[in-house]
Amino acid sequence: MKLSIHSGNIRFAGLGGTGVIKASDIFADVVFRLGYDVKKAEVHGMSQRGGSLSSDVRWGVSVDSPMISEGECDLLVVMEATQVVVTQGCLKSDGILMQPSDIDESKLPSAKALNVAMLGRMSTLLAFPLEAWQAALRTNFPEKLWAANDKAFALGRGEP
Amino acid sequence: MHASQDSQGRLLLSGNEAIALAAKHCGVHLATGYPGTPSSEILDGFQALGGKAQWAPNEKVAAEVALGAAFAKARVMVTMKHVGLNVASDVLFTMTYSGMQGGYVLVVADDPGMASSQNEQDSRRYAEAAVAPMFEPCDSQEAYDLLKVAFETSERWGIPVLYRITTRVCHSKSAVKPVCSPDQMPKDVYNPSIQFERNIAARVMVPGHAKPAHRRLRAKLAEMEAWNNTQGPHRTEMRSANVGIITAGICYHHAREAAPEASTLRLGMTFPLPMALIKAFVAGVKRCVVLEENDPWLATALRAAGLQVESKNDAIFRFGEMSVDRVRRILRNDDSIEPVPPRGKPPELCAGCPHRSSFEVLKELDCIISGDIGCYTLAALPPLSAMDMMIDMGAGIGMGLGLRHVLPEAEARKVVSVIGDSTFLHSGITGLLEAAYNPPPTGHVVVILDNGTTAMTGQQEHPGTGRKLNSDFTNRVSYEALGRAAGFPNVLTINPIRERDVFKDAVQKSLAKNELTLIIAKSPCILAVSHIVAGEKERKVWESNGISGGVKTEGKVL
Ligand SMILES: Cc1ncc(C[n+]2csc(CCOP(=O)(O)OP(=O)(O)O)c2C)c(N)n1
Ligand code: SF4
Repeated sequence: MKLSIHSGNIRFAGLGGTGVIKASDIFADVVFRLGYDVKKAEVHGMSQRGGSLSSDVRWGVSVDSPMISEGECDLLVVMEATQVVVTQGCLKSDGILMQPSDIDESKLPSAKALNVAMLGRMSTLLAFPLEAWQAALRTNFPEKLWAANDKAFALGRGEP
Repeated sequence: MHASQDSQGRLLLSGNEAIALAAKHCGVHLATGYPGTPSSEILDGFQALGGKAQWAPNEKVAAEVALGAAFAKARVMVTMKHVGLNVASDVLFTMTYSGMQGGYVLVVADDPGMASSQNEQDSRRYAEAAVAPMFEPCDSQEAYDLLKVAFETSERWGIPVLYRITTRVCHSKSAVKPVCSPDQMPKDVYNPSIQFERNIAARVMVPGHAKPAHRRLRAKLAEMEAWNNTQGPHRTEMRSANVGIITAGICYHHAREAAPEASTLRLGMTFPLPMALIKAFVAGVKRCVVLEENDPWLATALRAAGLQVESKNDAIFRFGEMSVDRVRRILRNDDSIEPVPPRGKPPELCAGCPHRSSFEVLKELDCIISGDIGCYTLAALPPLSAMDMMIDMGAGIGMGLGLRHVLPEAEARKVVSVIGDSTFLHSGITGLLEAAYNPPPTGHVVVILDNGTTAMTGQQEHPGTGRKLNSDFTNRVSYEALGRAAGFPNVLTINPIRERDVFKDAVQKSLAKNELTLIIAKSPCILAVSHIVAGEKERKVWESNGISGGVKTEGKVL
């Protein structure tokens, strides 16, 4: 199943330190550069010390509230298995859940790259041009991580 | 500033980043503040853009440094979280009388819902109480745009302006179209001649000067209200005449989504309120609803002015943030119990955190722990459960002393005050003086948790790290010397991880004495350790160059 690229609500969730904010920054970058209106919301602070954390990205022609209302999330991307139960209530009835078990974690270049692999998987559901994803990954990471990220992204896309 | 940019020159910025950029484009000469979620990133952003930004030991000092600069016509910005304004309120309440000659904007970040705060106080009450005009941007674009209006207002009336933002404005990202790119400056940038002109009657607030100053202030208020009615930065959007919503800040966006058909009046400047404008809006709609987070401040003001407006049900919606769901409920008068979202995992001290070791020891010794605010407050949560009280920054020392004064001796001996390094320098020093001045019969034990950073809010430097906001080396305060100068006979520095037994033994022996003991538990924050260790090496070079007298201000010595 594919998602619309013209507007949508995506929530990234996990625990502090699992790359949630980074993934949402990169994704927001992808849609913003394509000319959409984008809003992104998250809560910083105490939640960073390994606690539950989520970040919402909404895009479209025009976006009002930065936060996704309960039951209105199109795609929920969870970076830490235990957080599925606490977050899945945000999904629409036909919303899509993506979780770590969707990725063969043993093949990741490093455990830290899970968020990039998830972005790779997202790229198969959201038909934005591949170059847009690639460009956002490049600008959000230092050059020394590019090769590892390319691998993780390809793994998420299911490419050998 | 690393920000995505689209082909039309729009940037995707958080509200904090937008304010930092606006400060640059407004030609701010000096920005200062004390960290506090959700305001902390503004100063770092401003410095990254080339602005002069510095951390002060606390919010009051920041506000005072800024005032001095504004007396010399500089444009200044001060940043803090809502509770920081409590600390800075003393200077606020009288600098509205004196006024200033430069532009003065105090950015205060409220935290409705307490994502990372000890209370959800409402800063709008300060605007009214101190008679300071207040602006409330609703998103990143407005956070950028209104800062200029705020400075112009400050300069026109010679008055400090409060710039109230909230967690969702600070940390949400949305598109900003700046007047020029981040690396450029607008052509019409503020550029006064910075100078001091003596005017004792205007700046020395003795009663003889303050009485006329108070009258001037009230006259300014009336003028500002008149201006705000006709030229204030508000947006009246008439749609359906059936429902009108009056709001400010992030609630505007929730309202637009929940009720796209409703007319809206979005207030950009909320003190003094543009009452004539509001009255005209109320008259134009059948049903008028006020949407606001925190206290029913706006609704109360409108009702006091005789307006028939509906307000949120404060039995439910006074607590926590506003949301699209809540706006929908308010509009359909749905007062049913809200569903409770599933509880996530609470945060905890990082693995290897030095605070963990310190609190384990205090727990083993069965101490009564008078605590304070910082990462280490997490020690209060299970499984450690090793902090018995935490109220406000610096309170750990005073509360510990109070307990020692009244508890029976055996209990009094168990009391320890524990305080982080940044918190100690913010408002713990006066507690130390109190201990030395009014020592309890059993003495007292104060532990400073010196992890070499302000960890909780994102690892900011402070006067104990010996580095400035821009990482330059500077003077470094000595906790040991401070303790001795205050009159503490026992001052010890111990690593609570590597010298755990020594630490335990020292605490135990100190508890048994009737003396004052200051223990500095020194071990770096795990997340900042590489920065701290590298800094120590560089610092040796800097000091050996003979420039440790605190005069060096520019550039890093490598
Ligand atoms: C008046 C006030 N200003 C700012 C804050 C935000 N704040 C809470 S704790 C803290 C400092 C924590 O630093 P430190 O005491 O060094 O402890 P650490 O987090 O490093 O363990 C800050 C800035 C606050 N709660 N109150
Ligand atoms: S950030 Fe530093 S001080 Fe805070 S819990 Fe982690 S190691 Fe401890």
